[in-house]
Amino acid sequence: MSDRRNAAGATRQEVEDFLYREAALLDAWRLDEWLALTTDDCGYYVPPNDRPDADHRAALFTIADNHARLVERVKRLKDPNAHAEYPPSRTRRMISNVRITGDGGDSIEVAANFVVYRFRRGDDRREYVGHYRYKLRRENGALRIAERRAILDGAELGALGAVSFIL
Amino acid sequence: MTSRYVVEDRARNTFTLSRETLVSPAVLEKEMRAIFDTCWIYVGHGSEVGQPGDFRTRQVAGRPVIFCRDPAGTVRALLNSCRHRGALVCREREGNARQFMCMYHGWTYALDGALKSVPGPEAYGPGFDKAKFGLMPVPRLEHYRDFYFACFDPAAPPLADYLAGAKDYIDLVVDQSPSGRMEIVAGVQEYDIRANWKLLVENSVDDYHLPTVHTTWLNYMKNAGVNVRPPKDEALLLPSKGWGKDLGNGHLTTDNVNFRGRPVARWISIYGEEARADIEAIRRELVARLGEARAARIADTNRNLIVFPNLALNDGSSVTVRTFFPLAPDRMRVTAWCLGPAEETPAQRARRLDAFLTFYGPGGFATPDDVAALEAVQQGLAAWREVGWSDMSRGMAKSADEQLNTDEGHMRVFWRRWNELMERAG
Repeated sequence: MSDRRNAAGATRQEVEDFLYREAALLDAWRLDEWLALTTDDCGYYVPPNDRPDADHRAALFTIADNHARLVERVKRLKDPNAHAEYPPSRTRRMISNVRITGDGGDSIEVAANFVVYRFRRGDDRREYVGHYRYKLRRENGALRIAERRAILDGAELGALGAVSFIL
Repeated sequence: MTSRYVVEDRARNTFTLSRETLVSPAVLEKEMRAIFDTCWIYVGHGSEVGQPGDFRTRQVAGRPVIFCRDPAGTVRALLNSCRHRGALVCREREGNARQFMCMYHGWTYALDGALKSVPGPEAYGPGFDKAKFGLMPVPRLEHYRDFYFACFDPAAPPLADYLAGAKDYIDLVVDQSPSGRMEIVAGVQEYDIRANWKLLVENSVDDYHLPTVHTTWLNYMKNAGVNVRPPKDEALLLPSKGWGKDLGNGHLTTDNVNFRGRPVARWISIYGEEARADIEAIRRELVARLGEARAARIADTNRNLIVFPNLALNDGSSVTVRTFFPLAPDRMRVTAWCLGPAEETPAQRARRLDAFLTFYGPGGFATPDDVAALEAVQQGLAAWREVGWSDMSRGMAKSADEQLNTDEGHMRVFWRRWNELMERAG
């Protein structure tokens, strides 16, 4: 067993269960419960389509939230005045190709592919395709998100328009 | 002024727009000729092609363009279409090149556009003159303080004349750099809005919508310690006063007393306590270089400038360079960059980028709601045959120099110029 476990003590199965649970919370707009999955120093990033590997301190991202701004983002998304997401979009996330890609001591690095379908009344279906890069850390026995990077494959955001929900 | 598009009655203080202007394919087709083929259209910033050989490919007024710097250092805008059969000769987004070789038959061009070689030249007759087959440059390319514009009308007035009063507001941006060198930061935001392009002109300078569309952004600012309440003793909708101004030739701007913080150079708590001394130092540099009054002009006001027809410079929480172009009557493609002083430290650059994202962009706390508003407008406009006119008369009873940022005087500037050019085209 020990050879299948990393320093954070996670197997791929545990990581997959965690990511699926996260996806279910986001699709259900249970955003407070989702936020509880993040560490107090969590960063959430959507890099620019033309610089997927860039550093948010040196390049203009689509989203680069520290935890404080992530808390504000969740507050905003729960407010009916967040017009871009009111009524809330219906989303459905497909998570696959989950891999543990690195072992950072107290945290692990995880990669996964995603397709997020977004539906709004009177609007075309929008398909967000890309991959996630996570840093997961174990806190009080449970995996938590220390960093979450949603990297879109499109050459530009284009017809997707905005990333107004949690991608 | 009465036309089929815009009806202005100064006696009654009414200004109405035909909604046909926002839905009609025929109007869009006419705009392409009357507006986009006659006006100076933003191409890019000189910093994007800093070194000889640097290139960027992009669309300018619907044309594929290579924006590049040739080996002699001259900035060029070449039409990206092989003189042989028309293919794009450069299909990469950006890079540094010694030449552009067409992938179809291998015609090869230098960065100044000259045709260098064609495979199998002996098959062409003696009359074939390579000098006549260089990549076609845009008819006119000029810059103002490193902002490059193209014009497809060879007889157009010089850019400097065209820009009129907009130059002063570009100066307020460029003077933020101690060396006068601003640069485009890496990372571009390219996204579509399902709305007519002119709605983004209006929205970029429309501060009337701030309290309603951007409630959640104002809450975010408030939670960060910014005072977002309008003062009680003045009839304002926003925490500070602002104006809407006519800059000539259809250009316009808002000009607001800042309440929302500025990387250059007005600290707010959202930047963090550790940034306070640094921002004060930026301010001292401005004062030492430009004097107290000019420094305050730059640091204590924020301005959203429209260069007619489709460039917005939003000098607010950061500096946004944003251009947009119609893909259809009800759809536009937006391209937006962050601009900052070239000599910014890494910490200052990081702060600028962070401040940018508090408001702007497709993942920001405000822009997605603007997009939602414009798309709601466009959907509502489907009733244009019955509900034929939009009202833009706010503030009309007041004189030109009393127009607030929450009035619509500055938007009327755009529409008058737009109407003039469309009427002139017949």
